[in-house]
Amino acid sequence: MSDPIPANGDGALRLVSLYKRFGDVAAVDGITLTIPAGSFFALLGPSGCGKTTTLRMIAGLEEPTSGQILIGDVDVAGQKPYRRPVNTVFQNYALFPHLDVFQNVAFGLRRRGVRDVASQVEQMLAMVELSGYGARKPAQLSGGQQQRVAVARALINQPSVLLLDEPLGALDLKLRRQMQLELKRIQGEVGTTFVHVTHDQEEAMTMADTVAVMNEGRIEQLGSPVELYENPKTTFVANFLGQSNLIDGTVESTDGDLAIVAVPGGRLAVPQDRMPATSEVHVGVRPEKLSLTASDESSAIPSHFNRLSAVVTETRFLGVSTEYIVSTAAGERMAVFVQNAGRPDQLAPGVEVTVSWDPAHTFALDVRQAADAGLSPAGAPA
Amino acid sequence: MALAEAERADRAGHSDRPPASQRPRRTPVGWVRDHIVLIAGLLALLYLLIPNIIVVALSFNRPEGRFNYNWNQFSLDAWTNPCAVAGMCDALGLSLRIAVLSTIVAVILGTLAAFALSRHRFRGRGGTNVLIFFPMATPEVVMGSSLLALFVNMSVIPLGFWTILIAHIMFLLSYVIVTVKARLAVLDPRLEEAAMDLYADERTTFWRVTFPLALPGIVAGALLAFALSFDDFIITNFNAGSEVTFPMFVWGAAQRGMPPQVNVIGTMMFLAALTAVLIGQLAGRRRRIR
Amino acid sequence: MSTLPAEPLGNLVQPDQPELPPPRARLRSRRLPYLLLLPALAWLAVFFVVPTITLFSTSLQTGSIYEGYTLTFSFSNYLDAWTRFWPQMLRSLLYAGSATVLAVLIAYPLAYTMAFKAGRWRNLLLILVIAPFFTSFLIRTLAWKTILADNGIVVEVFNALRITDVLSVIGVTTGDRLLATPLAVITGLTYNFLPFMILPLYAALERLDIRLIEAASDLYASPFAAFRKVTLPLSMPGVVAGTLLTFIPACGDYINAQLLGSMPATSMIGNVIDAQFLRVLAYPTAGALSFTLMVGVVAIVSLYVRRAGTERLL
Repeated sequence: MSDPIPANGDGALRLVSLYKRFGDVAAVDGITLTIPAGSFFALLGPSGCGKTTTLRMIAGLEEPTSGQILIGDVDVAGQKPYRRPVNTVFQNYALFPHLDVFQNVAFGLRRRGVRDVASQVEQMLAMVELSGYGARKPAQLSGGQQQRVAVARALINQPSVLLLDEPLGALDLKLRRQMQLELKRIQGEVGTTFVHVTHDQEEAMTMADTVAVMNEGRIEQLGSPVELYENPKTTFVANFLGQSNLIDGTVESTDGDLAIVAVPGGRLAVPQDRMPATSEVHVGVRPEKLSLTASDESSAIPSHFNRLSAVVTETRFLGVSTEYIVSTAAGERMAVFVQNAGRPDQLAPGVEVTVSWDPAHTFALDVRQAADAGLSPAGAPA
Repeated sequence: MALAEAERADRAGHSDRPPASQRPRRTPVGWVRDHIVLIAGLLALLYLLIPNIIVVALSFNRPEGRFNYNWNQFSLDAWTNPCAVAGMCDALGLSLRIAVLSTIVAVILGTLAAFALSRHRFRGRGGTNVLIFFPMATPEVVMGSSLLALFVNMSVIPLGFWTILIAHIMFLLSYVIVTVKARLAVLDPRLEEAAMDLYADERTTFWRVTFPLALPGIVAGALLAFALSFDDFIITNFNAGSEVTFPMFVWGAAQRGMPPQVNVIGTMMFLAALTAVLIGQLAGRRRRIR
Repeated sequence: MSTLPAEPLGNLVQPDQPELPPPRARLRSRRLPYLLLLPALAWLAVFFVVPTITLFSTSLQTGSIYEGYTLTFSFSNYLDAWTRFWPQMLRSLLYAGSATVLAVLIAYPLAYTMAFKAGRWRNLLLILVIAPFFTSFLIRTLAWKTILADNGIVVEVFNALRITDVLSVIGVTTGDRLLATPLAVITGLTYNFLPFMILPLYAALERLDIRLIEAASDLYASPFAAFRKVTLPLSMPGVVAGTLLTFIPACGDYINAQLLGSMPATSMIGNVIDAQFLRVLAYPTAGALSFTLMVGVVAIVSLYVRRAGTERLL
């Protein structure tokens, strides 16, 4: 699922066939990818998918079982962490509790024998908006402030790559949103390559240029947030990134650029370039692409649209939108998000409707992939 | 299961909880009932401190006979001539020397061992932990007597200063190891990783991060070791030969005659400990505020 | 087939393999732990393990101080020691056990007060608990002679309230005295090892999340029920550590029996071992008693720790 290795030489970070085994468990099961210099890259996946292990291998805190880690043209895989041009913002920050903020930020510079660290530290603290906090101990700072010290402590060393391990995990929702913007701003200012590990799909999509979705030690799919969302290549990505309706069907014929798939209760058109090689497929569509029309008004639906008749079974008012659960004639349950534009006029459970959508929003996946891959135990969309 | 437990607690709890209207009772009996734990706690503290108060009081006594157990008459004699009693200050000096030396050795050896046990996974780790637990589970009289048997059988080292020192280091080791290990157990390994990430090699990481963070545990171990060594009587008594430590002097005095000077030393030790702990507290508070 | 999050089965499929903790060992050499351990272990081997073995072999010797002792692997010393000194052994268990129970009862309210009720006085209380520990315990034990003296206030109050009568009926005192009685010895033992009970208890209680107690009250537990169902079980590691640190030394102690009791009526096993070793010079008997004491204490401790289910304690 990973991209081929492009030509290199601009300080990009490249992982080549990277493996890490703990005993019998393959935590990282063969990763090859390239992270261009200056990009904001996110490794996204559920806990236990191997994303943190990957990050720790890049930092040098974990030794790969095999594989290469190239920064520019240098393989750093065998180097000690303190020899690598890489710095880390740790989960829960790992600020030195016995040192004050200034000493924490100056730590890396002093280890490398840099003289006159004071001006650099002040400049860095100013950038993270913590001027005047130098004499405080980490325990005297709020969570958000500690987070910014951790970023300053790493960035002051001007690393080729900055690694962020769930950096916002300990913050509350509001502060997390704020720090997302803040980190994005800082990345824009310094232009350093950021590699961000997170399990929060919203965080990955809002911050990163490129997202790699990881599952069970492998990369499921890599691409821009829009591409991943609109065109998931696996059921895991379809379910882990946002929500998807998947309906099993069989390819019947082709119609120009479209493949026609027979599903229980109708035929659905899918763009050919989004079809897998198999004839048995999951047909997928995102809930917000769907429209609900009362059955007696179904003539208003554009003729080339995919459509299925169904009955409303549940409604949930979500503020900006309303989520409907409908049950098709064949018994498939589908989720539908309807924008609350204008006065919300909810459909009551039991109403007969037609579900319709533009075939351009349809994708299809190999039926051999589990339809429920990537559903988190928590069950709810993030 | 937790729910069932809560339900049982519920049924048990409901019957003996007084109605809300009766709650703010102002009778003395009610006050005592509301503060029963506090009162019991303060009585326990009293139990713990009364002997110290007696020790201090009797240091100002002029005893009637040879034994300073009953109050007779106020006097500062003992305070103005603390070393007037033959042999007592020599014994005190010996105890201090032994305590300092055995603490230094036990802290160094114990800290190294604690690092090995908490920072490494190796063959024989479990067995080592058991071996370290054993001296703490062995009554002192057993350790003292068995060491005596060894020293007498070997007849290489004559009983005296060195045998006391050896014995003290032996029984202090376990306490130091356990204390330092407890501190290392709560030390976040990510802090050391962060140091390595920030260009500190293994040696620098140890001295800049690991050691300063482990230091409170090492200091606590040292204080405990010093107190245990200075105060030890049973093991020392077996292995001292003709040497007399301060506890041994007190023991002898309890048989022959107890001068108030013993209480003066006891009071000074109490005050020194109190001052040391207070200074430590104040320093800690200053550090927190800064 | 739908993929709605509400689908309950879907929740079970999520592979929940934990991100494994870092094995940090790679940065260090394999021999390092052994090198670090070597000095301490060597010291313990030479001055603890070897003496213990020597002690055992001594206990199997026969002979007399005049003719010298020879190793005959005779267990008769043990039989002899047990038949002669079983009352002292029993007494040691009884005194040490009583002192341990009393210490729990006295220490718990104090530790509880320090952990939950002391507020800004907490550190002061902690200092007051630790500081006596630095004064020679022999001197402090001797102070009990003053407190319990025949003409002292305590005896007068106890006599006036007829408490001494009750106590002598139980058999822990004799006549209207407190000093030179079993009660005095137990009081001294309790007092001597009390800080070793308070500190682990306090540590365990201080770690306890006060919200758990609040949750218990919220779920209709009376203060007593909340204590019995929540506080006490969660403080068990402290109780176990404290009882061990009290019971073990109390078992082998002979100082309190000597200074506060009346010999030989309150003689404990420690007194016997001390006398057999240092005055009677009957090394095999003393060895047999020491070894019996050591094995007995270790057996009781392991049984107790297993029962309490806190093997990870040490």
